[in-house]
Amino acid sequence: MAQFTLPKNSTINQSAGRKYPAAAGAKKVQTFKVYRYDPDTGENPRVDSYEVDMSQCGPMVLDALIKIKNEIDPTLTFRRSCREGICGSCAMNIDGTNTLACIKGCDEVKGDVKIYPLPHMPVVKDLVPDMTHFYAQLASVEPWLKTDSPAPTRERLQSEEDRAKLDGLYECILCACCSTSCPSYWWNGDRYLGPAILLQAYRYIIDSRDEATGERLDQLEDPFKLYRCHTIMNCTKTCPKGLNPAKAIAETKKMLVERRT
Amino acid sequence: MSTPKPSSGPNRPLSPFMIGPYYKPQLTSMLSITHRVTGMALSFGTLLLAGWLIALSNGPDAYHAYSKHVMAWYGQILLLGWSWALLYHLCNGIRHLFWDVGKGFSLPAAYRSGYAVVAISGVLTVAVWALAYLT
Repeated sequence: MAQFTLPKNSTINQSAGRKYPAAAGAKKVQTFKVYRYDPDTGENPRVDSYEVDMSQCGPMVLDALIKIKNEIDPTLTFRRSCREGICGSCAMNIDGTNTLACIKGCDEVKGDVKIYPLPHMPVVKDLVPDMTHFYAQLASVEPWLKTDSPAPTRERLQSEEDRAKLDGLYECILCACCSTSCPSYWWNGDRYLGPAILLQAYRYIIDSRDEATGERLDQLEDPFKLYRCHTIMNCTKTCPKGLNPAKAIAETKKMLVERRT
Repeated sequence: MSTPKPSSGPNRPLSPFMIGPYYKPQLTSMLSITHRVTGMALSFGTLLLAGWLIALSNGPDAYHAYSKHVMAWYGQILLLGWSWALLYHLCNGIRHLFWDVGKGFSLPAAYRSGYAVVAISGVLTVAVWALAYLT
């Protein structure tokens, strides 16, 4: 059932937010309003305001978060690794859309930078969501090449045309920005696989080397797993890698129709 | 030192998601929700139209009694809303048909078709009402 408000334990306590003013003499101040939740106290989440001197900070939102953690508030918790948009760890909701903090410039945001965890996810701490369910859904589509034919003595070859079909799919870094931007996934995420996982499923469905296409399509032919996609297109709009999960889902739906004839 | 509370468990808060305060309203999601709302409004509007037809079949007195409400300002507003809902749902439905065959999925194309649906449904609504009032 679609639910439009946050449960009681999740509403943001507006008055509890702490303020960390910039040091005197700061030249170019930008304010970062960051969602905080501490599982040790179990108190409702709050939003803390950090004023950062941007003349002493790197250009990206991740630079600012690291600066806050290093110099202002070491308790701030977030995931990060590669800082160049290839690992997908620092996916979060910045300025109202999901993206990677490491490739989002602070100057792209007008005014205060509002930072929340990926939407409609259980929060472990601060900006760290619990991804267990997302990963279980990924495992459920068996994202690896499946073959029945005997293993050749060398690599399984693929024509250039067949290889080109994987462009725009293999680049997915599974950051979950798209799935957590999707209203269908918010409300039916328990059974709907969501754009990221469906793009992964399609990546193996159209791989010429995979021999389980029919089986994979059978598995997706389900009112919830696939057909909760209503082509809202929030996924494509938000993908920090510029991929098109909505298109991948549409192609999967098309294959399901075409194989009936 | 006391043992910290386990961070797992059912009591984890749900991160904010609502469109508006936490997720930016975008053309993509707004047109989608409008498609749904107009779809529901159409079911309701069809009942009102069916009522009009039933009144018609019940003879002139019943028809005039019903028409009085339809022609009143509130009836006209409802009818205007219904006609726009119908035309929007129709135009966006055609947009969905293109998507169903895998066309128009690039972001620029989706935005162009989105703005086109808004504009065309508006123009058609004005045209229908101009036709109704001028003839």
